Amino acid sequence: MSAAPLLSLEDVVVRFPLRRTVMDRLARRPARAVHALNGVRLDLHRGETLGLVGESGCGKSTLARAVVRLLDPDDGRVRFEGQDIAGLVGAARRGFNKRVQMVFQDPYGSLNPRMTVRQVLHEALSVHRMRPRAAIPGRIAELLDLVRLPPDSADRLPHQFSGGQRQRIGIARALAVEPDLLVADELVSALDVSVQAQVVNLLLDLQGRLGLTVLFVAHDLRLVRHISHRVAVMYLGSVMEVGDTEALFSAPRHPYTRALLDAAPDLDPARRTAVAAARGELPSPLAVPSGCPFHTRCPHAFDRCRTERPVLAPRGPAGRAACHLEGFGAPA
Amino acid sequence: MTAAEDLLSRRRPAPRRFRPPSLPRPSPALAGGLAILAALLVLALVPGLVAPYAPAAFDYRAILKPPSFAHPFGTDNFGRDILSRTVWATRVDLQIALFGTLVPVVFGTLAGAVVGYYGGWVEALFGRVVDAVVTFPFLVLVIAIVAVLGPGLFNLYIAVSVVGWVFYARIVAAGVALQRRLDYAAAARVMGYSTPRIVLRHLLPNAVSAAIVYWMTDMALCILLGSSLGYLGLGAQPPTAEWGVLIADGKNYMNTAWWISIFPGVAIVLAGLGFSLLGDGLADLLRPKR
Repeated sequence: MSAAPLLSLEDVVVRFPLRRTVMDRLARRPARAVHALNGVRLDLHRGETLGLVGESGCGKSTLARAVVRLLDPDDGRVRFEGQDIAGLVGAARRGFNKRVQMVFQDPYGSLNPRMTVRQVLHEALSVHRMRPRAAIPGRIAELLDLVRLPPDSADRLPHQFSGGQRQRIGIARALAVEPDLLVADELVSALDVSVQAQVVNLLLDLQGRLGLTVLFVAHDLRLVRHISHRVAVMYLGSVMEVGDTEALFSAPRHPYTRALLDAAPDLDPARRTAVAAARGELPSPLAVPSGCPFHTRCPHAFDRCRTERPVLAPRGPAGRAACHLEGFGAPA
Repeated sequence: MTAAEDLLSRRRPAPRRFRPPSLPRPSPALAGGLAILAALLVLALVPGLVAPYAPAAFDYRAILKPPSFAHPFGTDNFGRDILSRTVWATRVDLQIALFGTLVPVVFGTLAGAVVGYYGGWVEALFGRVVDAVVTFPFLVLVIAIVAVLGPGLFNLYIAVSVVGWVFYARIVAAGVALQRRLDYAAAARVMGYSTPRIVLRHLLPNAVSAAIVYWMTDMALCILLGSSLGYLGLGAQPPTAEWGVLIADGKNYMNTAWWISIFPGVAIVLAGLGFSLLGDGLADLLRPKR
């Protein structure tokens, strides 16, 4: 992984300020803000699938939206092929949009209810001039075939499809502009388990066939393990650990990763244990703890964790973890 | 084929064929509204089809005559045929309905789209404009504007347009603000589409149905307003046949010649009913399927 990353996040900070109430103004309190991303550092390499996991509200979706520039960071940079995407305007911005696409979580809200599949794909192909006008109908048929939708689905409206089929339409729309990077934000979390497998395997197949780079955001650990080359674990707006999938799942190097993996229910009842690997409740993102964000719940926390924020440092052959306990999880 | 296979093959449902979308059966409201308005439109385009006389033709031998075979709706104090005048007035009143709402619909929809999409201070500013307009009763505000500009239909259109766009803008802004938050709007932005394309091609079509339904009601209200101002002498000017003017013509003869005011009144009710039914029918038809 020595080649330059396709996309890198450099200390990205995103805050959502809350409205100041009358009491806040009277007490001269500053505006409070939800700290969605607190200095995220992450690289995506060409051709890999990076799984992004974490609890609800840890900033996964915010990160996805920052990557496709649905929102701009308050601090830090998102670089695509070395270029800061915040500065892109006009044709350069359209060029970026063409190369970085997204598939959304909600199969019902992510398609315009009044546009047929053909209209959706035709618009993407013609606005970005992907094909000469005469070749567009053929390309639409190709795209439908690519996501395994029947050819007669082109003239139907979204309400005539199931959730899984709608997600395929969403994938076809994203692939119409032939992107390099596909961001899948909770692609299958709204689908039935039986349909999830179909859609995920479709994504895996397309990733290999088209050489896509995929940022796969999900909270389902088994799904992420199945699909990802590397995994990044987020907690309260920070990346706690990132590493090769198997290494991370078999030997987590961060106490939070360990806690997250232990919390996942096991299919085998005999192996179910009621260990509380993390104490207490998830802190509010309005008041992220100082030092290590996990120190309030970490069973291994010591004084340094409360004051000094650990940075992502190399652990093992290909991993990084943000923890002061350098030896945590290391093979004895 | 074994018996079990036979059973299985028979149970298998016939493959579902895709049926091309066909126009849904019109609801009774839609059909009724369309029928009434189509009839009124025919009267407006070719009044001679039904009207036996010219609308302003005096006949001093038939003054204030009750409905008869020669004059089915009776005559007024100049011997003018009420049926003819009522039919000819259809043209004027449908014009009022159309021209009184056209500018508000177009401008209000576009303004509402901008307000709904950008929100923030644009929305706050627009909110104050709405407050300023709704503070005054609509009729009073229109009367004031017409009084300044002078009576007549053209000034009536100006007055209605100056005030009326606000209501369309408010409806459309609410719809666009709702649609803007959905993921398909985000998807369109990720696609790199321009803001005008996102607003006009994606958000507006999903946000205008309420405004279109309101438009139908508004045309009925506009006819009533035109008639009210005609009655007050601020709208269409006599001897132009206009339903409100006709009702005003008969006000001094209410006790002796009821037919002068009643028949134009019925025409107003009929037009209002037609637009309202059409609006109801369209509301059902335009509701997006999920």
